[in-house]
Amino acid sequence: MPDLQKLYDAVLDGDQKTSVAVTQEALAAQIDPLELITKYMVPAMDEVGRRFECEDYFVPELLLSARAMKGCLELLRLLLAAQGSQPVARVAIGTVKGDLHDIGKNLVGSLLEGGGFEVFDLGADVAPEKFIQAIRDKGVTLVALSALLTVTMPSMRTTIDALKQAGVRDQVKIMVGGAPVTQQFADEIGADGYSDNASAAVALARRLSALEVAS
Amino acid sequence: LSQLSSWLQNGPLITDGAWGTQLQNLGLELGQMPDTWNLSHPDRVESVAAAYVEAGSQVILTNTFRSNAITLSEAGLLAQLEDLNRTGVEISKRAAGGRALVFASIGPTGKMLMTGEVRADEVEEAFAAQASALAAAGADALLLETMSDVEEARIALTAALRTGLPVIVSFAFDSGKNKDRTMMGATPEMAARAMEEAGASAVGANCGAGIERFLPVCQRLKAACSLPVWIKANAGLPELQGGAVTYSTSAGFFASHAPALLESGASFLGGCCGTSPDFIRALAAQRSAS
Repeated sequence: MPDLQKLYDAVLDGDQKTSVAVTQEALAAQIDPLELITKYMVPAMDEVGRRFECEDYFVPELLLSARAMKGCLELLRLLLAAQGSQPVARVAIGTVKGDLHDIGKNLVGSLLEGGGFEVFDLGADVAPEKFIQAIRDKGVTLVALSALLTVTMPSMRTTIDALKQAGVRDQVKIMVGGAPVTQQFADEIGADGYSDNASAAVALARRLSALEVAS
Repeated sequence: LSQLSSWLQNGPLITDGAWGTQLQNLGLELGQMPDTWNLSHPDRVESVAAAYVEAGSQVILTNTFRSNAITLSEAGLLAQLEDLNRTGVEISKRAAGGRALVFASIGPTGKMLMTGEVRADEVEEAFAAQASALAAAGADALLLETMSDVEEARIALTAALRTGLPVIVSFAFDSGKNKDRTMMGATPEMAARAMEEAGASAVGANCGAGIERFLPVCQRLKAACSLPVWIKANAGLPELQGGAVTYSTSAGFFASHAPALLESGASFLGGCCGTSPDFIRALAAQRSAS
């Protein structure tokens, strides 16, 4: 019987090698993949998020932990699919039109993948039509919009308006983030959620996806 | 006496303010790379530089923040690397007319080394190409600014030092409860020590938060190394009013922080996002009054 506490510790420490090794041992010992995720990996990522909020952890630590978790999830994916498990949700993520910055967006994308989401990264300077297309073609239920510049924030509103125009706004939840974005701005433009950091974005995405399923 | 110390012989120098917002006032569109205006609208770029010299800037930068090989190739502009950087320096030198020094601006690649989206050798080549183009065009010094990753800054610094010019490295401390960490978690102490060890001529802080947050960062940079300190603060935090972006800080409020910053050891003082020639005028007035 492998020591599963080691899995928790390895994800928390961003140690991909160990986390993958323990996952392999656990699978060999016939432990349920879902249990590995819900009892060890997700709590570890929650602790990573808590430490990030307390500023014990910064972006590098977030990335390493997400990478460790992603490594484990890749091992589990086939097994989970065989069990009939679906990804938490399909997310289309992108930096809005006019904004070329992609670090924040990439970070949230990596953390969402680590959190079990299927992520369609549309890139930077993304026209509203591309989001619409992703909703229509990819079965996306969550749209994540990023902007780093105050001057490109209005593009978030334009994007949401375009989704309404195209009649797909109600098929998805929309979350927004980026350095200059605020909750007030998110409310103003009719987004469903806002988070002020990459780690909280994953929790927000989970909450919005749960709403989506419930509604 | 090093090149930089000789420039600082008569005391701290006033640098310039924001370029991006000034260029937008002149018609630069959202999403358009400001650096491309060096070729398409050199007169407008020169008018921004000249306005700063007129306002009292003793050091002005260049409109070359994004002209590294990685950012340019993403934008399909790699073939123009040499031209964009050369004209950037030429424009600022024309505007300076010998009345101000020209420090050439080099921004980060916008890619993260640790996610593996770029390799260290690619980053080094990208900065080396930009630095050598800027140096060949006659920049007085090179400024690596808005850095957040100490490792990327170290690679950029190593590449930039090969030009033989003084190199200043400035970080954006915009994270953490006290806005005293970079996005990648680096503290002023970590940044200052690493850059001094790697051969920088000065270290600094730019962008990030409003000027009121810069005093502790300036003090900590100064205490952590023996290098001159470079400070370029934002005009407070941007606010959105009726769809337009405004900065809450006035030129007067901004300049009122100058004495404390100079007192705590800032050798170069200027403004970042949201500041204008008025801010520099107020800084220059404040400095000559003190």
